[in-house]
Amino acid sequence: MKATEERQEGSVQGPGQAESGGVGDWLRGRLGFASVEALVAKKTVPLHRHSIWYYLGGMTLFLFTIQVVTGILLLLYYRPSAEEAFESVQFIMTDVSFGWLVRSIHSWSANLMIATLFVHMFTVYFLKAYRKPRECTWVTGVLLLFLSLAFGFSGYLLPWNSLAFFATRVGTEIPRVIPGVGEFFMRFLRGGDEVTGATLTRFFGFHVAILPAVTTVVLGIHIWLVQFHGMSRPLREEGTERREMKFFPNFLLRDIMGWLVALALLAALAALFPWELGEKADPFAPAPAGIRPEWFFLFSFETLKLLPAHILFIEGELLGVVGFTAGAMFWLLVPFLDRKAARGEPSPAFTVLGILIVLYMAVMTGIGFLS
Amino acid sequence: MANNRFGLSRIALRFAVLVYALASGWTFSHLREATVHAAEPGTSKGVDYCVECHRDLGDNLGSPVVESEGDVHIQKGLGCVGCHGGDSSQPDAERAMDPRKGFTGRPEPSAVPSFCGKCHSDAGFMRRYNPAQRVDQEAEYASSGHGTRLRAGNKKVATCLNCHGSHGIHPVNHPQSRVYAPNVAKTCGKCHADPKYMQSTLPTNQVDEYANSVHAEALLVKNDLSAPTCNDCHGNHGASPPGVSSVANVCGTCHTRQAEMFRKSVHDSAFRAMDQAECLACHANHRVLRPDDAMLAEKEGSVCAACHDGEDKGSQTRAEMASALTGLRDRLQRAESLIDRAEKAGMQVSRASFAVAESHDSLVNARVLVHTFSAAAVKAETDRGMTIADKSYRMGQDALDELQFRRKGLGASLVVILVALVAVYLKIQQIERHEQ
Repeated sequence: MKATEERQEGSVQGPGQAESGGVGDWLRGRLGFASVEALVAKKTVPLHRHSIWYYLGGMTLFLFTIQVVTGILLLLYYRPSAEEAFESVQFIMTDVSFGWLVRSIHSWSANLMIATLFVHMFTVYFLKAYRKPRECTWVTGVLLLFLSLAFGFSGYLLPWNSLAFFATRVGTEIPRVIPGVGEFFMRFLRGGDEVTGATLTRFFGFHVAILPAVTTVVLGIHIWLVQFHGMSRPLREEGTERREMKFFPNFLLRDIMGWLVALALLAALAALFPWELGEKADPFAPAPAGIRPEWFFLFSFETLKLLPAHILFIEGELLGVVGFTAGAMFWLLVPFLDRKAARGEPSPAFTVLGILIVLYMAVMTGIGFLS
Repeated sequence: MANNRFGLSRIALRFAVLVYALASGWTFSHLREATVHAAEPGTSKGVDYCVECHRDLGDNLGSPVVESEGDVHIQKGLGCVGCHGGDSSQPDAERAMDPRKGFTGRPEPSAVPSFCGKCHSDAGFMRRYNPAQRVDQEAEYASSGHGTRLRAGNKKVATCLNCHGSHGIHPVNHPQSRVYAPNVAKTCGKCHADPKYMQSTLPTNQVDEYANSVHAEALLVKNDLSAPTCNDCHGNHGASPPGVSSVANVCGTCHTRQAEMFRKSVHDSAFRAMDQAECLACHANHRVLRPDDAMLAEKEGSVCAACHDGEDKGSQTRAEMASALTGLRDRLQRAESLIDRAEKAGMQVSRASFAVAESHDSLVNARVLVHTFSAAAVKAETDRGMTIADKSYRMGQDALDELQFRRKGLGASLVVILVALVAVYLKIQQIERHEQ
């Protein structure tokens, strides 16, 4: 009874304050912002020589927000069919006011987001920020990486230009080598035996409905976990003096400075190097020279290209697909495999492995660009 | 003397074959049926003694075995006896090459058309191998320059074997075939480009002239197999030079619009009166160069100046057509250059490029309309093209204006962002000073 009275008192106090303290207090009383404000006021960010890497998560989130906003604007004019997709993007680029800007920012921002995501992920990996109790934060982060790659793969086809068409044909062919489910998976992706208008419609559905829905859930969990556990301090900094910075407003204002720089970079890239549209896809034309996927798939594409047709008695491409799947599973489960880091001890083997992975990806991507 | 004896014995042998054939009620086609049937795929069994013996003979008698590898007749299962008759299952040379079994040996040049024609002129027989195959080659050959000369006793003229080869014959669309389109000029040139062989009976510069022509460029450089070579204008089996009156028909087979326009023009009757071959007067025959607007020039490179002295009505028409074409070409180049600049700057100019392509179509059409020899018709088309070229130029100009707007917009945006950055930085400083 007493507790009920206290709650009633509290709820009455809110509106009373709003009347005296303006709109902010009015909303605070009705929407329960007090708990959020308390969390924000309490939240701090560790200060040490690696603190700069903390900004990358926020930068990725900022670029993702730009993707959402520009994506919604593009939706107003884009038409997801083989007959109209290319022409609708052409219309956006030439006739819609600032359509060129929106489309170019969407394309550039997508690439910058993947880049910051990779850097964010590898810094988290090398600082062993995935260790106990942040295993789930890492897992949701890796899932967000996979979702972002799926966004990239599905979005690449949407302008229905020649290069994207043939790259998608090659890309969707790869799962076919998996025994048993490969054929089904390829048909599921393509919506048939070949890349057609049905594939475009399907990819559009993935890109604007399914992936955003799943991403919203996973991203929500990821951000909540970051708030719940706070920022991780690197192992090396554990024994040093604990210095901290208030999240609000100190860290957030610095975040905003980074976002402003990103915005300036995006504006410059969009104005000086507008994203090309290319030629409309013609399924009956021969494949153009220089078909390659987007840069973030290049290391895996190049690996599959360089693998011999057969390794012992196994098909080379199948071995490659199995290898990448196993690698992705390993990456997802790193926090559970790195037992030393979980115990708060240095794990140099995982550091060396991480360096080798980064070198491998860089070299194969370089070969992909040069070949 | 020895040669005479040999010749007499061959005549006697042929006579014997003929008597034997008549006596046993055979017709020539029966002979062929018998020889071919023995060699059909799946029916010939055991060792082919033609190949077994000739392989070891070397030189002229052994080379057919090597040359025949890949031969279309061998691939179809016809074997040596398919053409030469005889019995390949006999290890004994005399029995294998027994005239009573249809053995004919090497045919004389005069006999070659009928030698090949015994199968190739028989629709019923050819249908078994290729239902679409023509069977009128022998008849066409008989009507050709080669055929008429052969009948007149000239043994130097080409027969089937000179163009198609004797052994190692490939289908026409096989790149190794001597009559595959890109190889035809070389095949014809073996005789027609050899002054010693031709002995001044015909000019021998045709192949050289053709090699420099727009047709050869299309066929040999651009690999356009639809481009003409010798046989497309002269015919293949019925090869003969087209007469003055039929040149336009020959060229008009492909260049239909030009031929139609020419026939309706004032030049048609004038050329007939002069007994002038229509197309050749301006474009030449074998050395057909890429048509150029300079052909309408006043002097240098002009084909009109050959007949029109510069004062007559024809010269005035020439000048008007040249001016119209030059005007459109200049406008088009101006638009192309501007759009190229905009495209290199990263602007989306697909519509402007489409308009340029449309204007270029007008230029091509106007050049075709020159064959009407009507300045008004050419000008109407160039005016249409100029309107489109000017439209594409404006689109290119708009694209460059848009580029400037974007750059200015970028500059303004960067200033705003910089101001915001400084403001946030100062705010951080202020907050942290206050905290300290």
